[in-house]
Amino acid sequence: MANGFADPWAALGDGTRRAIFERLAARPSAVGELAEGLPVSRPAVSQHLKVLKQAGLVVDEPVGSRRIYRVSTDGVGRLRADLDRFWSSALAAYQTLVEAPTKEVT
Amino acid sequence: MTMQAQDTSVRHEVVVQAPLERAFAVFTEDFGRIKPPEHNLLGVDIAETVFEPRAGGHIYDRGIDGSECRWARVLAYEPPHRVVFSWDISPQWQVEADPEKASEVEVRFTAETDERTRVELEHRNLDRHGGGWEAVRDGVGSEGGWPLYLGRYANLL
Repeated sequence: MANGFADPWAALGDGTRRAIFERLAARPSAVGELAEGLPVSRPAVSQHLKVLKQAGLVVDEPVGSRRIYRVSTDGVGRLRADLDRFWSSALAAYQTLVEAPTKEVT
Repeated sequence: MTMQAQDTSVRHEVVVQAPLERAFAVFTEDFGRIKPPEHNLLGVDIAETVFEPRAGGHIYDRGIDGSECRWARVLAYEPPHRVVFSWDISPQWQVEADPEKASEVEVRFTAETDERTRVELEHRNLDRHGGGWEAVRDGVGSEGGWPLYLGRYANLL
C-alpha cells in the first residue's frame, strides 16, 4: 500500500516485541515489570517499547515516578505516530535542501 | 472523551543555516522535494508539487498524466514568517473532502541571526480526523479487538 502508515505488522514481527505487546494488552506495565518477566535486559525492553510506540501500537504516560505503557486504543496515537514520522522525514530533507550551496543566478 | 492538546498535535523544530527569507522560500517553493516521496495520493508518479503562494490557494500534486490531487488549502501566507495550511488527508491517506475533518499545519520562521533561522512546525487538531479511524478503532481498539488483531497477525506468519 503506497501510504505512510506505520507498519504495526513489521513492529510485531519480532518475537520479543510481540511478547511485550501481548503482556501490555493483558495489563498496562512499567519497563521494569516487563523486564522482570522476560529474558531480556531492561534497556532492550525500552528499545522494543520505542519501536512499538513509533508504530502507534502502544502509548505511555507518567504515573507518579514511573512511566506506564499500555496498548493504544485510539486512532489519534496511531495518526500522531504516522505524522510524526512524516514531518521528521520532511524537515530532515528540508534542512539538507535549504543548507545546500545556492546555485548561481544566471 | 478528554484529551490534552498535546495529544492531538505533532510538533517539530529545526534550526537551519540559512537566512530567514531563503528558509521560507525553500520550504514553500520546494515543498515537493521536502515531502517524503512515498507519500503520493495519486495513482501515478508525481510530476510536481505546487504550493500556491497565497491564502485561499492550494497545495497540490500533479501527476505525470496530468491528474491532480489537492490535499491542502493555504489558510495563511505571511512571508517570510509564517504559513498555515489545512491537512485534507484522512488517516487512511485519502483526500478528505470534508473540511470539518481536516487538521492544520502551522510553520513559523524566526531569524536567530542573519544566517540562521529557527523553523517551528505544529500539526494540530488531529482529533478532527475522528471519523477516519472509527473503523480501525472499532475493529482493533476495543479490549476484545486486540486478540483478533493478533490472531490475524499470527495467520500471516
